[in-house]
Amino acid sequence: MHVFTDPVNLDAYLSGFLWILKLTGASALFSLVIGVLLAAARVSPIPVLRAFGAAWVNIFRNTPLTLIIFFCYFGLYTTLGLVLSDDLNLNNYWLGVLGLSVYTAAFVCEAIRSGINTVNAGQAEAARAIGLTFAQTLRIVILPQAGRAVIAPLGSVLIALCKNATIVGTIGVMESSNVMKDLINENGDAVIPIFLVFAGTFAAVLVPTGYFFGWLANRLAVKR
Amino acid sequence: MSSNTVLYDHPGPRARVRNAVLTVVFSIAIAGLLWWIYSKFDEKGQWEARLWEPFTEPTTWTQFILPGLQQTLMAAATGMVLSLVFGIVFAVGRLSDHRWVSIPAGVVVEFFRAVPLLLMIFFIFYGVPFLTQQPMSAFWSVVIGLTLYNGSVLAEAFRAGIHSLPRGQSEAAFAIGLRKGQVMQMILIPQAARAMLPVIVSQLVVLLKDTALGYIVAFPELLQRGVNDLGANYGNIVAAAIVVAAIYIVINSMLTMLAGWLDRRSKRRAYRISKTTTVPMPAVAQVGGAGEKAGDD
Repeated sequence: MHVFTDPVNLDAYLSGFLWILKLTGASALFSLVIGVLLAAARVSPIPVLRAFGAAWVNIFRNTPLTLIIFFCYFGLYTTLGLVLSDDLNLNNYWLGVLGLSVYTAAFVCEAIRSGINTVNAGQAEAARAIGLTFAQTLRIVILPQAGRAVIAPLGSVLIALCKNATIVGTIGVMESSNVMKDLINENGDAVIPIFLVFAGTFAAVLVPTGYFFGWLANRLAVKR
Repeated sequence: MSSNTVLYDHPGPRARVRNAVLTVVFSIAIAGLLWWIYSKFDEKGQWEARLWEPFTEPTTWTQFILPGLQQTLMAAATGMVLSLVFGIVFAVGRLSDHRWVSIPAGVVVEFFRAVPLLLMIFFIFYGVPFLTQQPMSAFWSVVIGLTLYNGSVLAEAFRAGIHSLPRGQSEAAFAIGLRKGQVMQMILIPQAARAMLPVIVSQLVVLLKDTALGYIVAFPELLQRGVNDLGANYGNIVAAAIVVAAIYIVINSMLTMLAGWLDRRSKRRAYRISKTTTVPMPAVAQVGGAGEKAGDD
């Protein structure tokens, strides 16, 4: 464990996970907003919107995240000149958030749509019967119930997002996987402890998170 | 809700007008967005013929894209076979009556589901050579990483599938005198595999997409050869990324359609998963359904 008693390495380890947290947090927020809007578009009465939502989901769900992140950097930034921040580190961070968000939004959309399908048809019929519009039906009656049904799937999406945040290391953000790679290269005698600390940190955070979402889902489930 | 049309009424005269107006407005907005992207590309000269011409030449395909695609498919196929084996072994292990088997199997599955794949690949590629004193091939780093991760997810899928079967299946099998191993092998696993086929295929899409991580350890797969190397040679990285993305989308859409077709087919069959059982949904399994506890012990 001598690797982590060195304050330099310890700092690198901590800042690596801080980047993961920042990437996860910002992307979770954006992808949730985009995902809900996409899900609403996909069940809306307007064919153009439905097609737009379907196209988004099919394009981003079937493209490797690595390629999306790669394109955000080499396509949007290097070639097309999209600059999101003057600070190079922050620019890469925001490019990563952009890639993670558009990718994850497709999965959020599909999770919410499957949740909408679990809501009893009678609920929507009753809402229509008392004269609510489509937007009101969705907002007041359907989405709150669908939301409770998709807590576990959304938890899985969040966990996957957290793990996917490591891929942003591809474009130079010094997140955990990059830090681990550097530490391994500098400390060949301690590769096992280094791996166990990094992998163990992810496992220690994400396994309980998964169980927490499962517990929450059971607790809040709409009993039918 | 069986169908989304329940969400809104059949449009009357006013709703038809409103929908028509909204259709036009959104069409214009989307067209405007596409035009904006087009003109931004144009501004940077991304539509120049010289950037797109390479794709009409056979050498581009034979030298870059097809070899990359071949490597991608090879890694994916190897990973698929190994992760299916890993998944079955650990699903059975986790369901074992012996705690000294079931607990370690559970720990392994939970651990590898929670560790980012990139971290695994880095460890295998950069770390393992320090231990074995031998260089590690990029191909096997990617394949082993994919196997451990997707195998763990598949193990959970198999386990959920086995839990979803009616108890009578194994009771009847025990009653005619089969041993536990035989019950698993002859009665439970075939049915679980069939019930979980859509989830399994969806997971294979994830596996195929994740081969793109091989780019990070310089494994010459589709992203490396088709976008990075090709783009470096012709200076057309945007064009190359678009073409390669299209290839990925076509392959994965076909796999997804296969999953959908299998799902519909299995719904017509006698033994299917009842609606009340918690089963990881395909959409969830796609992103790696870590943490979802399917079925009760």
